[in-house]
Amino acid sequence: MAELPPEDELIRQRQKSGSRLTAILLFGFVVLFFAITIAKISLNQ
Amino acid sequence: MTALATTTPIPPDWRDLFALTKPRVMTLVVFTGLCGLLAAPTSMNPVLAFTAILCIALGAGGAAALNMWYEADLDAKMRRTRDRPLPTGRVSRQTALHFGIGLSAGSVVLMDLAANHLAALILAFSIFFYAVIYTVWLKRRTPQNIVIGGAAGAFPPLIGWVAATGDLAILPTLLFLLIFLWTPPHFWALSLFVRSDYANAGVPMLPVVAGVSATRRQVFLYSLPMAAVAIAPWPLGLTGALYGLTASVLSGVFLALAATVLVNRATDPADMKAEKKLFAFSIVYLFVLFGALVLDRWM
Repeated sequence: MAELPPEDELIRQRQKSGSRLTAILLFGFVVLFFAITIAKISLNQ
Repeated sequence: MTALATTTPIPPDWRDLFALTKPRVMTLVVFTGLCGLLAAPTSMNPVLAFTAILCIALGAGGAAALNMWYEADLDAKMRRTRDRPLPTGRVSRQTALHFGIGLSAGSVVLMDLAANHLAALILAFSIFFYAVIYTVWLKRRTPQNIVIGGAAGAFPPLIGWVAATGDLAILPTLLFLLIFLWTPPHFWALSLFVRSDYANAGVPMLPVVAGVSATRRQVFLYSLPMAAVAIAPWPLGLTGALYGLTASVLSGVFLALAATVLVNRATDPADMKAEKKLFAFSIVYLFVLFGALVLDRWM
């Protein structure tokens, strides 16, 4: 496979790490919302 | 230049986005917010407590990013700030603005969901206060910028307390007042030895506008009510002896250091050891004082 120029390589690298970080944060927020919901339900019981 | 590089701007590195949140300032904000929450007379569900503190951190980060977005031109002129992500071009202004608005709005919505309306309202107001009233309105217009703007940094313990209890009380109001009165001596001690930076950037900080001697006097004068407010919860019966004695000793040291600043005649920043000492101690002062408050409540 042909090697990418340094600037393209940097853009690809940043896009990749950005996507990974977004996925982790979204997953974290899903878990947090789930935990908040459970906590609120248990408080109302 | 290749096709990708001409059509796609280089995305920012996550570390630069993180730097936009002013992590060192955030440490103190989160700590005082956590102490406000832990000092409250009710216990909060751990998940909701964690979320409330996370919201305080996200809100502070969002406000800091908005501050950096607006002050990119000032930051580029000051030695202390010229390596920040915006002046160096590592993050675009548009990205910083979107990041700041996103964090701020997200933190308020999440606080409302996890804690209560009042905590979310105070959080929203504190972000507005820092980003608009302090950054946009006061900072470049008046040497009293720090005095009024200091209120923005004083909100976290109040938010922590309200998140836990849903209500305001005397103790968190005193904690608010304490940070409000602590901010001028803390910042003016710093601005005394970096005043040329502020002067070059055209920021009307007190040492630039009123001079070094007047600033030293103000540092000492503000330290007096600050010490009184720090000790006040003890005689008012809101805390025990552990906090009271810690506050008395630490405030005594603070006043002694402020007095050495008052009598210092140095004008060269290299000779401003007293000012540097007071600035460093002021950070320790707040950390230990709030730590003692929590220990006092739980022991």
